[in-house]
Amino acid sequence: MKSIADIKAIREKMQAQIISRDNESEANEIRVVVGMATCGIAAGARPVFNEFVDQVANRGIKHVKVTRTGCIGMCKLEPIVEVFVPGQEKVTYVHVDAEKAKKILDQHVLGGKICTEYLVGDEA
Amino acid sequence: MRELALHILDIAENSVKANAKLVTVEILVDDNLLTIRISDDGKGMSEEFLTRVTDPFTTTRTTRKVGMGIPLLKQAAETGGGTFDIKSQVGVGTVVTTTFQLDDIDRMPLGDIAETATTLLYPNCDFKWIYKVGDREFVFDTREVKEELEGIPIDSPEIIAFLKSMLKENIESINGGIII
Repeated sequence: MKSIADIKAIREKMQAQIISRDNESEANEIRVVVGMATCGIAAGARPVFNEFVDQVANRGIKHVKVTRTGCIGMCKLEPIVEVFVPGQEKVTYVHVDAEKAKKILDQHVLGGKICTEYLVGDEA
Repeated sequence: MRELALHILDIAENSVKANAKLVTVEILVDDNLLTIRISDDGKGMSEEFLTRVTDPFTTTRTTRKVGMGIPLLKQAAETGGGTFDIKSQVGVGTVVTTTFQLDDIDRMPLGDIAETATTLLYPNCDFKWIYKVGDREFVFDTREVKEELEGIPIDSPEIIAFLKSMLKENIESINGGIII
């Protein structure tokens, strides 16, 4: 059974990586923001948030930060995910699920190509 | 909400927003009774606000006039044959206690506590989880984790992934094969 003591090994590995990271990485950081108010959570934001976190952790992606925000006032379009690429306009995805989250990460966050099919459409 | 773990996530987010330093989440199963208690040392609520906090048209937000989190949890508890109670004091904190009848057909499943707990990892707010089924108990305290981390953020993806698998293992072992 895993325990808190196992963190030591992960910590040591991460500390080595942090030293080797250059200062430029922060300016190039892409932010993925998941709406996690009551409306977002009820619509399925938790698996979306966790899919992004799992993918970033398992694939060792270093320049992507996954965070959360409150209700932005479009509750019926939740789960909502905003992607901030430095130097570009914010992109807002609606009705996201875990599968779409993976595609957004692969195609947009890592590939630079916006997933136009998940943007706010006529329903807004 | 589809599971009680999502209600816990939602209500605990209120504690974080109330500037709590420590949030304690207790999930206690004793015979047919499931108790979920969320206590924080956040800024608390005035008596006047407390009297209308279960009203969906009460919120602290200034942009909109609805707040569904607390009323939805109250409804879930009452639908599941249980009770809802909230106590709060300005400057001291808030305690939300709900109970459920385990065998009530309308009770929501408890759901994925490990995923809820790892969605609630904050650098500046600590969580203590007490998960007890009968006399088997598991305690998860983010203060102990942070001590081991020596400054690495607790919400780093690698740490979240490890903690999630650790919590899943421990919760499954406490459950002993039953699904709550």
